[in-house]
Amino acid sequence: MKKIQLHEISCTRSGDKGPNSNVGVVFYNEEIYKWAVVNLTASLIKNHFKSIVKGNVVRYELPNLYALNFILEDSLGGGGSDTLINDAQGKTYGQALMLLEVNIPENFL
Amino acid sequence: MKTVRIANGQGFWGDSVDAPKALIEYGKIDYLTLDYLAEVTLSVMQRQKIKDNNKGYAADFIDLINENFNLILNNKIKIITNAGGVNPDKCKEKIIDIAEKHQKSIKIAIVKGDDIFSKIEEFVSGGEKFNNLYSGNDFNLIKENVYSANVYIDSFSIAEALSSGADIVICGRISDPGLVVGPCIYEFGWGRDDFDKLASATVAGHILECGAQCTGGNHSKWQNVKGFSNIGYPIAKVEENGDFDIIKPENSGGLINRETVIEQILYELGDPRKYISPDVCVDFTSLSLIDLDNDCVRIENVKGFKPTNTFKVSVTYFNGYKASGQLTVSGPNAIEKAKLIEKIIWKKLDSCNFVYEERLAELVGVSSCMKDIQPVPKKINEVVLRLSVKSFDKNAVEKFSKEISPLITAGPPGITGFSEGRPKVREIIAFWPTLIDKKLVKTEVFV
Repeated sequence: MKKIQLHEISCTRSGDKGPNSNVGVVFYNEEIYKWAVVNLTASLIKNHFKSIVKGNVVRYELPNLYALNFILEDSLGGGGSDTLINDAQGKTYGQALMLLEVNIPENFL
Repeated sequence: MKTVRIANGQGFWGDSVDAPKALIEYGKIDYLTLDYLAEVTLSVMQRQKIKDNNKGYAADFIDLINENFNLILNNKIKIITNAGGVNPDKCKEKIIDIAEKHQKSIKIAIVKGDDIFSKIEEFVSGGEKFNNLYSGNDFNLIKENVYSANVYIDSFSIAEALSSGADIVICGRISDPGLVVGPCIYEFGWGRDDFDKLASATVAGHILECGAQCTGGNHSKWQNVKGFSNIGYPIAKVEENGDFDIIKPENSGGLINRETVIEQILYELGDPRKYISPDVCVDFTSLSLIDLDNDCVRIENVKGFKPTNTFKVSVTYFNGYKASGQLTVSGPNAIEKAKLIEKIIWKKLDSCNFVYEERLAELVGVSSCMKDIQPVPKKINEVVLRLSVKSFDKNAVEKFSKEISPLITAGPPGITGFSEGRPKVREIIAFWPTLIDKKLVKTEVFV
């Protein structure tokens, strides 16, 4: 096994949906995607974002695109124009997820 | 085989002014779509219109047409936009003035029916609940403070406008992907039951709606993107069965590949199997994506199903006042000094009798976006302290605004970065998404 940060095996994008935000993650190939479906659980992501996400994390799978979509509920301090936080629309949360450290099989890279 | 080339040259009000021009000149496009409306833009326009009846639309659109009028005509490009905001009539007048100035006659259609602000009471008496789509909260909580209410109307109204021979279609609130779906319906004669085709065009519209965000902008692998300064905005080359290619103008910068397009597919996505538009429900897990290299990605086999019986409505309302101010703190113990300043300012505000709904301190450059996701450095040479407050009492927010600059001389040393004066006290125009029965909404096209 090898310790990496998520940006070495995926691309991410995030944005807002009312008081929630979403982070989409697209993996480089099917093998990595299958690994991610097993390992990148909603509870792991919730733990990574514990100081940001006040609600639940919900995960959706897009096997056709080798992608996962995480909904970070109540993660914007109200959201939209209501919030006081610097990143009012969760634009940076994709980058934040890329910092997640994971152990992957050696042959992935 | 007939294909239609539809481009998007504007992802939001304030986006690049060069991008639409490049598409008009080099895109070989049939349609140019221009999206100016974010969630609360319409409320800003509504307020402008209350003050001045000649305002309430996206003025940038007028400049764009004025500067590119002959090119648009010569290249036979039709324009589809939501620039009409809450005053599409005035927007149309301005475009007619430009055409007259050029001694040309063009046909302009406006789509109306999205603005239900004046009918809210009537709908509520008729039994519409308008509860908040996310929180489920009761509409009565905000009813007295509503600034604007606009329905995301369906794309068939755009097709109707094009059928009447319009060169430019000016809408208010219409779904963002709808700007792309409308011309497809018109060009290919799709019906309301052509769910797969409508879904495919909706995916195209979703990919295009944020402009350069699918052509290398905001891309995770930014090191691979060449020519950001000349980034090409996207074009969808749509076929009769709905399949399409995503491309960009020749010789433009940017990057289109599997990852840049999927990143945008995932943007602001909820449940991928239930993407609800006014025209159709889309299953994003159905589509096939093929990277054809050379900045071309193809999408096929999109599945759609019957739309819901409701339209989404964007209601905006007054929700108090807020202000944010920043101070740059430098030198030894920068973080400790920033934390002291925070304490001093809150203490000063505590000594007054104002009520604040919320107060927030953030350290920009340290943890404002990422919080403690990575270990926060103990020692740092400089940091920006960002302080914000929120209150229904305007005086309370004004008091906060006046308390920041004194700290430059009356606090710890090494404080700067206050050249722009006191922070501006802003009204909070909040967003209340809700639903309305489709039967209650009547759209009309005027040519």
